[in-house]
Amino acid sequence: MAESRTFTLNINGKAHTVNAAPRKSLADVLREDCGLTGTHVGCEHGVCGACTVLVDGKPVRSCLMFGVQAEGAEIRTVEGLAAADGSLHPLQQAFWEHHGLQCGFCTPGFLMLAVGALEENPDMSDDDIRDLLSSNLCRCTGYQNIVKSVRVAAAQMRGQARS
Amino acid sequence: MTWIGRRLRRFEDPALLLGRGSFVADRSSTAAAVKFVRSPVAAGTILGIDIPDGASVFTARDLAGTKPIRPILERPDYRAVGQPLLAVDRVVHTGQAVAVVVGRDQADAEDLAEQVYVDIDPSAAVVDVDAALAEGARQVHAEAPGNVLVEGRMKTPGLDQAFAEAAAVVAITLRSGRQSAAPMEPRGGLAEFDPASGRVTLTASVQMPHMLRTGIADVLGMRETDLRVVAPDVGGGFGQKMSLFPEYAVLVWLARHLRRDVAWIEDRRENFLAASHSRDQVFGVKGAFAADGRLLGIDADLRSNVGAFSCYPVTCGVEPLMAFAELPGPYDFAEYGVRSRGVTTNTCMMAPYRGVSRPMLTLTMERLMDVAARRLGIDPWDIRRRNLIKHFPHKSPTGLVYDPATYLEAMEAAEQRIGLGEFRARQKRLRDEGRYIGLGVSVFSERSGYGTPAFAARKMQIVPGYENVDCTMDPSGYVDVRIGASPHGQGLKTALAQLVADELGISPEHVRVISGDTDATPYGWGTFASRSMVIAGGATKLAATKLADKIRLVAATLLEVEPEAIELADGLARVRQTNRSLAIADAARAAYHQSYKFPAVGAGLRDTALYDPGGTFSNACHVAEVEVDIGTGGVSISRFLVVEDAGVLINPMIVDGQIAGGVAQGIANALYEEVVYDDAGNLLTASFADYLPPTAAEIPEIDIVHMETISPATVTGAKGVGEGGAIGAPAAVLNAISDALSPFGIEALEMPATPDRIRDLLRKAGISPHG
Amino acid sequence: MKPARFDYHRPARLAEALELLSGHGGNCKVLAGGQSLVPAMNFRLARPEILIDINDLKELGRLEDGAQGLRIGALVRHAAFHQPADDSELSRLLSRVVRHIAHYPIRQRGTFGGSLAHADPASEWCLVAATLSAEMTIASTAGERKVPADQFFRGLFTTAVAENELLTAIEIPALPPGARGGFYEFSRRAGDFALAMALAVLVVDGGVIRWARLGLGAAADRPLRLLPVERMLEGRLADAATFREAAAAARDLASPSGDIHGGADYRKDLVATVVERALTEAAS
Repeated sequence: MAESRTFTLNINGKAHTVNAAPRKSLADVLREDCGLTGTHVGCEHGVCGACTVLVDGKPVRSCLMFGVQAEGAEIRTVEGLAAADGSLHPLQQAFWEHHGLQCGFCTPGFLMLAVGALEENPDMSDDDIRDLLSSNLCRCTGYQNIVKSVRVAAAQMRGQARS
Repeated sequence: MTWIGRRLRRFEDPALLLGRGSFVADRSSTAAAVKFVRSPVAAGTILGIDIPDGASVFTARDLAGTKPIRPILERPDYRAVGQPLLAVDRVVHTGQAVAVVVGRDQADAEDLAEQVYVDIDPSAAVVDVDAALAEGARQVHAEAPGNVLVEGRMKTPGLDQAFAEAAAVVAITLRSGRQSAAPMEPRGGLAEFDPASGRVTLTASVQMPHMLRTGIADVLGMRETDLRVVAPDVGGGFGQKMSLFPEYAVLVWLARHLRRDVAWIEDRRENFLAASHSRDQVFGVKGAFAADGRLLGIDADLRSNVGAFSCYPVTCGVEPLMAFAELPGPYDFAEYGVRSRGVTTNTCMMAPYRGVSRPMLTLTMERLMDVAARRLGIDPWDIRRRNLIKHFPHKSPTGLVYDPATYLEAMEAAEQRIGLGEFRARQKRLRDEGRYIGLGVSVFSERSGYGTPAFAARKMQIVPGYENVDCTMDPSGYVDVRIGASPHGQGLKTALAQLVADELGISPEHVRVISGDTDATPYGWGTFASRSMVIAGGATKLAATKLADKIRLVAATLLEVEPEAIELADGLARVRQTNRSLAIADAARAAYHQSYKFPAVGAGLRDTALYDPGGTFSNACHVAEVEVDIGTGGVSISRFLVVEDAGVLINPMIVDGQIAGGVAQGIANALYEEVVYDDAGNLLTASFADYLPPTAAEIPEIDIVHMETISPATVTGAKGVGEGGAIGAPAAVLNAISDALSPFGIEALEMPATPDRIRDLLRKAGISPHG
Repeated sequence: MKPARFDYHRPARLAEALELLSGHGGNCKVLAGGQSLVPAMNFRLARPEILIDINDLKELGRLEDGAQGLRIGALVRHAAFHQPADDSELSRLLSRVVRHIAHYPIRQRGTFGGSLAHADPASEWCLVAATLSAEMTIASTAGERKVPADQFFRGLFTTAVAENELLTAIEIPALPPGARGGFYEFSRRAGDFALAMALAVLVVDGGVIRWARLGLGAAADRPLRLLPVERMLEGRLADAATFREAAAAARDLASPSGDIHGGADYRKDLVATVVERALTEAAS
């Protein structure tokens, strides 16, 4: 069996050429071969969502994709969320202002989940937001301030979309 | 303007939001990967271990000379049992580490681990707490006849008479399923060997770095100075990361033995199998009530399944002895009899988890109140009104002294806010439509911030409790605060900076809190038991006060006034009622570089303080409104109210976050989460598909209201608040379910109250899915 | 929790994929969305030696709607149903059902064909296929064959797709005029596997049920179409008494097995509840 192969990933607009075994998950390739450790691994069976990244604009579990499968796709991770000048994305800002994180381990996954969904549809109702956020697990916050942060950011992103 | 009391956004957050957090796995990709080979059975004798040729595999034989982890309670009823670093001759729970494999990377290590064959002659497992106590039950440990590892007993002289005189005796038995703290980041450690010094740095996802260093040095027989323990960003702990686990000692041993860096990053399945569990308690209680609802006495038989080992350092006494001492809760009654046992079984070790016994003892007292109220025809709020502690300081039947709190006031505030009259009308209307809603109340105390006296009373050989804090202002006027507490998500660094800023008159942004590094912080006890704000916060305030005195002395000398004339504010040392001032940074510079001018201060600006308080009780009232679906047995929570009294709030935003997170875990205990073993001791819930932490869809909006009784028992006036949410919520939810189902005479007494269990109660009451 | 080693192939054309399957058979697994297969591989419960990734087979990704119904390529993602494909009752029904399939990120990757080929008895799409008489197209190097739903599901995680075959498309016939669907699922948490679920489609005219379809999921080793209950419903008044009777009949036909989330008695109760609620919704 071929132990590893060389492939190129487009991550946050930058090409990363890696040599990795086909069995290596996208999450592990991002973390270990691309040095992007902001994507966290919490369960490796697709339930917790800590590893959520955007693949071609859609939030997906990077523990349930092999790195080699992401060749040719546009990948976005938490490291690519802030603007080039370092200013926070509205979601990051809202999480900070409204205490949407405690230990911060699940946070990158929640941010990428919400970014992908809000970019598809910023007009989510409160119920839609809660339903969306039920995709990922957080153990610290009781979700109160995650819901609040996403609501605030959604309103802001709606404003930006219209202006 | 003070910083205390402000909803200051956290200094911890930007790095975490940008993906620049630094968790142990983030630092481990270049180290060799470690995988533990774990017992596939709950009990048995190891006949042999086959190791693949050439593989880097180690077993207990290789670890000869190391000592088992064996914490001690100095009580005659305690049976010490040792936990070997790797299983020696026998296994006592599924998932116990038997061998350790070192591979190039994680996948490689797993490939190798699969090839290690452990030949075990299995024996029957003892899994259930009552089965373990049964006559003739197989003994889990030779040291513990009857499988009891610890037993607390007491009886007040008037107990029998209280029961003899009671108008009603209410007896109930409550059960809590076993929970896992399930932090989003499982355990993990990186042990780095420094060939130059021979030292090992263990970076690990832990809550108690100093204790870990002592514990590992003890079991490996090495000098503490040869080991540095670092807690980097930690992805939640909730108690699960405070104990010394064999895996960490093995990692340090491997790094020294192999003279290389090794990392163990626990996966989720392993976390369920082998990190600690909690709860799994059966509490039988009888309450003696007077006709007017006054509680005269309690007689309790409390059984806690403590698993296969005793956790280090707090021991397996933590749950049974907490239950023993604190069952009376917020109620004022005199007569108390209790027998509380910690029972060993062939299951994963139990260790502290947010709440420690109090979710269960609160459930017990609060369900008892409701059942008694129904029996006596008294309103559930009234029966509590009659029994809550109203006079302070209050001494409980077990000798605990309660500082001032607002048990009654918080409950009455909750009663007002929830709109009881409107609820009862709606409940009646909906019942007529075949819908069942219920309201449940739970009143409780949260003993928090206790120092060495409380732990010493438990007869622990290792007595935690105090904190030392080192507060240093550098020549540029910035402050480093070094603490022995070890926050992991609580936002303590922000809250302590707020405290220091007020003492020193500087911005909290000029305060850096350093924690989680045994090379850089004073020996301390880490973060657990709702202690950090009270104890580390208290020590920080005391140290900062002493530092402020020094700054005033320096400034007074430079400004040629008396120190009493100096006030520190806005970064300035000001002469009161004048416009004369000096930048605090200039005073700092002078303290270091012109120290000869300030003989009373000495050189530089540094001070330390020790704080070891007796403890304080915060309190709260939780109210849950639920709807029970008769057709599915499903319970949904539509409203949740918390009226909390945690004393002075340093950062109310952080306090609210602690409460909400705790409530979510309490709801999980009440409705969703349960670690399940089969009769043979196989774990049936080793994934998040089977062990069910609730999501955003299951947790309702939580309405939080604060009362602020300033604690005279703490230097900041603050009380601990880390666990209360988890303590009070289960009782509120089960009381609400029982209220909803009261037309059928159903009392919910078991957690989690799963749809299956609710339907079972309904079926037994003759209620079909169609109502 | 890293998977065992495997050889990875990503064919660009269907013929190539079928060649690979024909050459390797039992040692290989087809990787579509991977939302069930990859977790099983991470737990090393599944350990294929060869993985054939079909995500490049664009011809399997088409969703076609027409008067006859829907033709769903095996690679069509669950998320494609978030909005109804057309204004038919069938499409509207599928867009309601899809909300119950796991969570938003899972639905971005998971595929319709993958769900059917995996044949989890708690799969929503399997229930849809079984209840609405879907027909599955299965390809191999020997050619294509079509298998109706009542012959497709063979048991727990078992279908008519042989080791050397690939499920390529699913056709669901259009619903009769006036048909209305109802779906009810109960799970422990949002997005969890169903403990029981029912799909009902009724044509009600003048208060009387003229046509009925009723299926039950997570209540046996495969999705069940409840033919005897459908026959019982047709010609009856669409009212609470009828639905309660249907629920009782469904309860007797179900053979759920108990697990940690609910014993067999519980699941039988649940069957009655979900059937009654799905029927009530379809009639409202």
